[in-house]
Amino acid sequence: MYEIISKEHFSENVVRLDIKAPLIARSRKPGHFVIVRCGDKGERIPLTIADADTARGTITLVIQAIGVSTRKICALEPGDCLTDVVGPLGRATDIQRRGTVVCCGGGVGVAPLLPIIKAMKEAGNRVVSVLAARTRDLIILEDQVRAHSDEVIIMTDDGSYGQKGLVTDGVEQVILREKVDEVVTIGPAIMMKFVAALTRKYEVPTICSLNTIMVDGTGMCGACRVTVGGKMRFVCVDGPEFDAHQVDFDEMLMRMRAYS
Amino acid sequence: MENKELNSRNAAWREDLRQAMSARERGAIPRATMNMLPPDYRIHCNEEVNQGLSEEQAVLEATRCLDCPDPQCVSGCPVSIDIPGFIKNIQRGRADLASAVLRATSALPAVCGRVCPQEKQCESRCLYNRMKKPPVAIGWLERYAADAARKADAPCPVPAERLGIKVAVVGSGPAGLSFAGDMIMRGYDVTVYEALHEIGGVLKYGIPEFRLPNEVVEAELDMLRRQGVEFVSDVIIGKTLSYDDLLDMGYKGIFVASGAGLPRFMGIEGENLIGIMSSNEYLTRVNLMGAGRPDYDTPVAEGRRVAVVGGGNTAMDSVRTALRLGASRAMIIYRRGETEMPARIEEVAHAKEEGVEFITLANPVEYLGDERGHVRAMRIQRMELGEPDASGRRSPRPIPGAIDEIEVDEVIVAVGVSPNPLIPRSIENLEVTDRGTIAVNERLQSSIPTLFAGGDIVRGGATVILAMGDGRHAAAEMHRQLQDE
Repeated sequence: MYEIISKEHFSENVVRLDIKAPLIARSRKPGHFVIVRCGDKGERIPLTIADADTARGTITLVIQAIGVSTRKICALEPGDCLTDVVGPLGRATDIQRRGTVVCCGGGVGVAPLLPIIKAMKEAGNRVVSVLAARTRDLIILEDQVRAHSDEVIIMTDDGSYGQKGLVTDGVEQVILREKVDEVVTIGPAIMMKFVAALTRKYEVPTICSLNTIMVDGTGMCGACRVTVGGKMRFVCVDGPEFDAHQVDFDEMLMRMRAYS
Repeated sequence: MENKELNSRNAAWREDLRQAMSARERGAIPRATMNMLPPDYRIHCNEEVNQGLSEEQAVLEATRCLDCPDPQCVSGCPVSIDIPGFIKNIQRGRADLASAVLRATSALPAVCGRVCPQEKQCESRCLYNRMKKPPVAIGWLERYAADAARKADAPCPVPAERLGIKVAVVGSGPAGLSFAGDMIMRGYDVTVYEALHEIGGVLKYGIPEFRLPNEVVEAELDMLRRQGVEFVSDVIIGKTLSYDDLLDMGYKGIFVASGAGLPRFMGIEGENLIGIMSSNEYLTRVNLMGAGRPDYDTPVAEGRRVAVVGGGNTAMDSVRTALRLGASRAMIIYRRGETEMPARIEEVAHAKEEGVEFITLANPVEYLGDERGHVRAMRIQRMELGEPDASGRRSPRPIPGAIDEIEVDEVIVAVGVSPNPLIPRSIENLEVTDRGTIAVNERLQSSIPTLFAGGDIVRGGATVILAMGDGRHAAAEMHRQLQDE
């Protein structure tokens, strides 16, 4: 059992949980995810690790209540336990000094982006972070992102905070004014699809982190299969990060609807 | 076996049994028939199809065994079970002792008695085959002895005195369990690490309850627990704990039995449509995650017209699961003929009784989807058999132009698995073959001297019993190495 140590509400449907999982806290790297299960009859679902505290032995997950399992998990309080947490899974982000890196995240995608922002900054990159959400209340982790970025651009659909516009508008501004060496994008599949389309136009290498349907998360089931560069890849063991320009997002979007 | 009376062929009780009846009389006894749930009942539930033999049936079947001086059945068994030794104990009414004989060489007799392909192993070597008579039902007798001992709460074998040496096992499937059972008996402290939340590997996530009930697996696991084996779930060696962590924790030897992993797909048009999935995914959802049962969160598509591609046991397990989930048409699509099918004859027979359609000499070439991306039909290429290939099976070749379309709303792809890259990728300096399996020498030792490996992570994709044989073999080799040190 994996105890919830602390909890914070980012918005009505988005919570941050710090979970006791000392072995994972110690071994995880930016880009890794875990599989969690809530209850003996619960699903196994993948969640990307947002942060870890080795001293406290905790990992941080940011969860949006959108389905049966995420609603259950979001309802947990400190002292409650997740039935299973296993990981770290997937391949870690390839962190290198590239020059200027734009990290763009949408919605709860900002949470798994945060450790990448930190690591990119530590590796000596100039980091411009673009955070996007529908409205002001849904912008999360702004302070932490600011602490590790050279510049932060906020985009909201309704213009209630930062600039009015989509994440792609923010990324394009940066590309038009300075040389960008790499873009990292994490968010809803549809958002990553449009970011990939934009950066393809400008020929900026782009990494995306995919969060597909999974069962075991260890390569066994193949539910997470995606087409990358015309080849079948498993998000759990070959990803979760891929060259965004090679990912068949339309197929992925279709497959995400398998159980809805 | 220390107690010679238990299974020595020369024991007085066994002499008496041999003298009591002539070979001709034994041969005249018809082979037992398995008690089974009727098909129209069993396709609406998950209850075990084979109900086992009664004591009376088992004793009579055991009487058929000729107790040959040079029993060939034993050489057909990958773990060399003393087959006449356990069978004759059944005949004298001592199922508990029969179980003890089995346990001397197999950590999981109740499992093997259910899922081993006996018709290709022990039973294929039975002397009766040469007399054109059906072989002794060794598998059913094995199951009978193990079940009877379990129901009687027979004591578990007592391990040797603790040596104070720790060994770790990666994976809790048949290879890992068999290794753990042997090493705990030798006196080692054994910890088994499992990546999933349940212990048992393929016995839990793969093989359905109608063929291998979970309570049978649990009873075997309990026995290992009582003997002192420690099980840790939710830990992936190479990820959660590194190989070096294990050394730091004091483990002197590590046995990797992480199993086959990645499901294979065929790479044909439309294979990523919704409703098409691997047999691993389908069976894991249903067997491990409880999909299809009330109150469980994991969903599973409940197809009406379900096609399962493949001809192995996993294909049979999948197609019969589909029937139980309410399919009105459940089909096996297999590119060779029925005689070439690798599935157990018993499983094929059960599937047919339950109403599964067998479409053989047919190979999927394309899947067609609806506007929502859901599979609605498959196109199959009709095949004919050509010359025998390297495996001795006649290889199928397409009949030009013979392509048919079948309406389907769910497709399960059961065409095999590739080794899981997770562990080979995460342990530095571990040599891997071109196929992605862990490279081992004849002692099952890898390029890292303290690390042994066996089962599907070495074989690529085989059977429960071969994996168990590897576990035994690796245990013996690791023991020898640790003793030498």
